[in-house]
This record gives sequence, structure tokens and C-alpha cells, in this order.
Amino acid sequence: MNATIEAPIETVSEENDSLMTTGPDFASHPEAFRARQRAAWEKFVSLPMPARTDETWRFADVKSLSIAPYTRAEVVDDGDRAALLKKSIGIVETSGRMVFANDCLLARDIYNDTLRAKGVLWLPMEQAIAEQAELIEKHFMRESGVLGSAKFAALHESQVKAGTFLYVPRGVEIALPVETFHWLSGEGASVFPHTLIIAEENAKVTLVDYFQSAGDDAGFACGVNDIVVGNGARVTYVAVQDWNRKTLAFHLNNTTVARDASALALRLNLGGSRVRDEAVSRLRGPGGRSDMLSVSAAEDDQIFDQRTLQIHEAPNTSSDLLYKNSLNDKARTIFTGLIRVDEGAHKTDAYQKVRNLLLSDEAEANSAPGLEIEADDVRCTHGATSGQVDMEEIFYLQSRGIPLRLAHQLVTFGFLNEVIERLPGEPLQQKLRELLHGKLG
Amino acid sequence: MSLEIRNLHARIAANGTEILRGLDLTVEAGKVHAIMGPNGSGKSTLSKVLGGHPDYEVTEGEVLLDGVNILGMEPDVRSRAGLFLAFQYPMEIPGVSNANFLRAALQARLPEGEELEATDYYARLYEKMDMLEMDRKFTARSVNDGFSGGEKKRNEILQMLMLEPRYAILDETDSGLDIDALKIVSHGVNAMRGPERGFLVITHYQRLLDYIVPDVVHVLVGGRIEHTGGKELALELEAKGYDWIKDDIAQAVSA
Ligand SMILES: Nc1ncnc2c1ncn2[C@@H]1O[C@H](COP(=O)(O)OP(=O)(O)OP(=O)(O)O)[C@@H](O)[C@H]1O
Ligand SMILES: [Mg+2]
Repeated sequence: MNATIEAPIETVSEENDSLMTTGPDFASHPEAFRARQRAAWEKFVSLPMPARTDETWRFADVKSLSIAPYTRAEVVDDGDRAALLKKSIGIVETSGRMVFANDCLLARDIYNDTLRAKGVLWLPMEQAIAEQAELIEKHFMRESGVLGSAKFAALHESQVKAGTFLYVPRGVEIALPVETFHWLSGEGASVFPHTLIIAEENAKVTLVDYFQSAGDDAGFACGVNDIVVGNGARVTYVAVQDWNRKTLAFHLNNTTVARDASALALRLNLGGSRVRDEAVSRLRGPGGRSDMLSVSAAEDDQIFDQRTLQIHEAPNTSSDLLYKNSLNDKARTIFTGLIRVDEGAHKTDAYQKVRNLLLSDEAEANSAPGLEIEADDVRCTHGATSGQVDMEEIFYLQSRGIPLRLAHQLVTFGFLNEVIERLPGEPLQQKLRELLHGKLG
Repeated sequence: MSLEIRNLHARIAANGTEILRGLDLTVEAGKVHAIMGPNGSGKSTLSKVLGGHPDYEVTEGEVLLDGVNILGMEPDVRSRAGLFLAFQYPMEIPGVSNANFLRAALQARLPEGEELEATDYYARLYEKMDMLEMDRKFTARSVNDGFSGGEKKRNEILQMLMLEPRYAILDETDSGLDIDALKIVSHGVNAMRGPERGFLVITHYQRLLDYIVPDVVHVLVGGRIEHTGGKELALELEAKGYDWIKDDIAQAVSA
């Protein structure tokens, strides 16, 4: 019998470099913002790490949340840059793309003139922070981290410099999607991508974020996105989370929807080792609508931990949440969600549905949907189901000559694809289907 | 060349109930055989057992497809060997488009490493859909998902036309079809008739057999073929029902 030789465990030698001891330090940010970052850092340091006894961390794997091993990322070298730019491929036709690696801007390309329309601001966050103090002050991270990750929201705020700032003025429609690629590169590297979308009255825009790792080093990502949808505006936001399997990631989303406006967000969770995903939709104006969609294909020992909140503050608003997970091997998914209908938010329509497809006996899905209603005349439904692949469907596919393994893949794909079909735009759907196919094998 | 079923016994795996009790039937290539029989007599069970459905266990007998026993094969292998089942109740596969589904089925028939040619594939698909008067929108729709009863049956025949099996078993393909659809579907089946292909058509109504004229008609009762005749047998059954056959069996047993 062979003796197993344990690989030496690498320890972080220089305490000083770890994130836990490094406060913010961005000379390029204006002083007011730097003051804000210092305060956020103090908050991060003072807040305790989450514990499983916290209501918002029920079922969670809090042990793996230590960020001690991670350091601020280094600038990637020229050769790597070129390679990453080449790999930053999204949908065929877009309005523009930005590419970041380790929180540094590599490219900002405009492919369609609508992005140059009068008043559109499409900037890397660093530039926006320097030049758009007023908009930043008004919209940047006003209500983040309410679902348990206040500590990590503070960390993000203290470290942020990369990401997309997109301001679409009144009445402007950007027909083709805008894309942003975020790459994480190097052992122990960390990134803090931000996405801030502000759509003014009757504006329309679609933004897609791709989160990927350059190699297979362990890394840390802590991203926040703020989506502010003005009266009658329409925003579609897609986040493709495909970090490598050694990455710990937080993605915290905040959406506010004004009168007659609509927001549709879809997150596609493919990668990562431990991923905490929080999403809040606030319906602030009558007639507002928010679609919250998620597709997660979990395998091996991946854990996707998702928390959601639908807040109906105004009457006649609607929200529709649909999260679907497929779980293979020993994967885990966690979902807790709440629909809150405030006093006076009459005629609210709110839905919340979570469906888990268990592909292995060892996979585990925990789902806890919830409701809190303080208004009359509302229509709310919520529910979570877990089930296995229907053997009759498998037999049907097999009876057409499709081998068993492929039949399972097809059924799983179909189950998840039903969510993707709710996205507007065939090219965008097609892109996500390709990515999903890639993961399901 | 034939699909030969010899002394087939099969039971429900979950509870051991025997459904097929010594069934003998040979469908020669080039022929159309029809099976009629009372509800619950085992017609759908026969087709599923032939397809290799895991709910059933074969306890005795053989099924030879052009001389090769298929009973040990996985369902997908049987399909690729040339067997096709049009289901009485086709399954819905949400989120998987009809086009991708058929593509996967055809791809599975190609040698490893060979890719299905997309343009040819769509050309053929559209040709068959036109023949069945199916709207093109059915290519993008999920397999049978939200289809009407008749649309599902038409979709089964579309699959048969695309996969070109050597032996096809059609389980009540006519039920749920309106008169026009019945003609269209029958036309699709007749277009595939030929010396190299055999059909086993399960139906309750002799009307279908006006369109798909059978060479042989069998009556399945209690898990066995109890009576065999020509196409006029269907008319006789329509007029007299099944009781006289059941009476014959009872007499034979008591004698
Ligand atoms: N998986 C199963 N589990 C339990 N009972 C079954 C199963 N499959 C078949 N049966 C039973 O076996 C008998 C034969 O069923 P089958 O579906 O083959 O009948 P059929 O001849 O196709 O009837 P119909 O004309 O109504 O379609 C019925 O009594 C049915 O309830
Ligand atoms: Mg039947």
C-alpha cells in the first residue's frame, strides 16, 4: 500500500500584505471619497465575521469566509494582458466593452454610436469616482449589505476602484448590450468589481458582467452592483459568475425601481468554490416591476449561497423571482428569500419560486422562502421545490437514441434554460446557453 | 428481415404483476401490422417493453430485430439499432427545443468525432415539417411542452420521419387527432412504407386503418395475441366488440 504524503501547507508569510491589515489607499480618488473609504474600512474592521447563528447566515458555510490568505492583486504583465483581452469575448454585437484584470482597466472599446449619445456616461469606476462626485454621492452603495454581508460591503467600499459606471440620460435607449469583463489573476489575488447603472427617465440599457479567473490560482472577489432605474426606464442586467473553482466570491446586488420602471436581472452561477450572492430589489414607484432570475449549476463541492429581498414600498408594483439550481456530486445550494410588502403598498403582485434539481444523492439544497405583508389586496406566492430528474423524460430521450448521460445533461440543461428564456434578446440567451452547455459538459 | 417477438413474458418490476403472458408476433419488413385490443390488455406495455422501459422486467422470451436479440440492450441502443416508438402519451421536455432534441438524436447516430451538418439538417427538418403541415415555430419550442394532444402526436411522427427507423411502433397515434390531422399523419406514415420497413400500429379505431391499410390485424387480450386476421378483422371488431374473442378464450380454457 502506498503511503500518502501530505503536501506542505503554504502559509501566508507576510501578515502585512494580507487584506485584513491593508486599509484603502488610492491616490487617484478625490479626498471626499477617500474619507468615505477610510470610514468603510473602520466599519469592516469593527464588524464581526458572520456566524451561523445569524439569521442571514442560516445553513451557511461560515468557516470558509476567512479572507486572511488574500492580498491586494498585482498588476498583470503585458503578455497576460494581451491573452486576457483575446479571451474577453461576449455576444457578437454589442455597444461596447470594458475589460479589467485585477481591478486595472485593460480596454474600453466603443462598437456602436449609441454609447456616444449625448449625455451618456460610460466610464471605468475610477474615473467616475474622480469626475462624477455628485452622481457617486447620490447613488453609490446607498443601501448595501442589508442581507448579512454588511462587513463585506464595507470591505468592497474601502477597496473599490474598478468596474463600470453607466449613466443613461433621459429618453436614451442603448439598443445593443454593453459588456464588462473582470479577470482575477495570481495566487491569493483579490478584486472588488463594481457596477453602477443609473438609468434616467425612460432610458433603456442592458449590461452584462463576466467574472472570470485567468488561471487556477486561489482568489477572492468581492463585487457590488447598484442598479438605479428611473421613471419608465428599463434595465436588464446579467452577471455571468464563472470564477475558477478555488475562488471565494461575494456578489451583492441592489436594485431600486421607480414609477413604471422595470428591472430584469439574471445571475448565472457556474464557477467559484464558495459564492455568496445577495440581491435586493426595492420597488419605489407605482407600476414598477422587478424580475429577479438566477441559474446555478453546482457540482463537485461548490456552495452557492443566495439571499434575496423583494421590498414593495409603493402600490401597484410587481416582482417576480425565479431561481433554479441544478446540483451534482456533493454540491450545496442555499436560498433564503423574503418578500416584504410595506404598509400602503396595495395591489402588490409578488412571486418567489425556487426549484432545485438534485442530480446526486449527496447534493444538498436548503431553501427557505418567506413573506412579510403589511398591506391589503396583495397577491403573493412563494415556494421552493426540490426534485430529481424525471425518469420518464430520460426514457423518452433514450428511446430516440440519445445515450443516458447525454439525456441527463439535456434534461438538466432544459430545466435551467427555462430561466434563460426569460431574457430579452436571442443573442444574449444564446451566449448564456453556450456557457451553460460548457459547464454541463 | 423482421421484428420477431417470441413467447414474450413481462411483468411490472415494482409489484411483479405479469402483463405480457406469452406474446408471439412477427412483423416482416415491408408489412404493416395492426394491434387492437381492450383497454388495459397490454398494448402500451408491449411497446414499452420493446423499447426497454425500466418499469418492466422480461421474464421469458425473445425479441429479434433482424435476427438480433435486443432485450439486453439499453433503450438508446435499441433506437439506434432501428426501433422507434411513437408514444401514446409523449413526454414534455421543458427548456429543450425540438430542433436541439432531434439534432442530438441524429448526432447520436453518427460515428464518434463526426458532426451533423447543420444546413442539411435544417433543410431535411423543414421538408418533413412541411409534409406534416407543421408550423416552423415548432422547431424553437420546447419538446411537446404546451403542445396540444394532436400537436404532440404529429411531433412523434416528425421524429419518426427524421430518424428513419426500420421498425416503428405507433401507439394510438390517431387518438387526439382531428380528421385532417389524421390524414396528414397517415400520409407521413404511408410515405415511409417500403420493402425495408415494418410497422406495428396500435389503435382502437378502424378508421385509422382506412388510411394506413394494414396487411395483418391482431387482437391482444390479457397480454397475448388471441386472434389474427386480415384488414377486414378490424371492421368485424368495430361491429362486434371484443366479447366474442373473450368468450372464445373462456371456452378454450374451460374445455
Ligand atoms: N408501470 C405500471 N405500473 C402499474 N401498472 C401498470 C404499469 N404499466 C402497465 N400497468 C397495468 O398494466 C395493464 C396494461 O396496461 P397498458 O397500458 O399496456 O394497456 P393498453 O392495452 O395500452 O390500454 P389502453 O388501450 O387503455 O391504452 C393495465 O392494467 C395497467 O394499469
Ligand atoms: Mg395504451
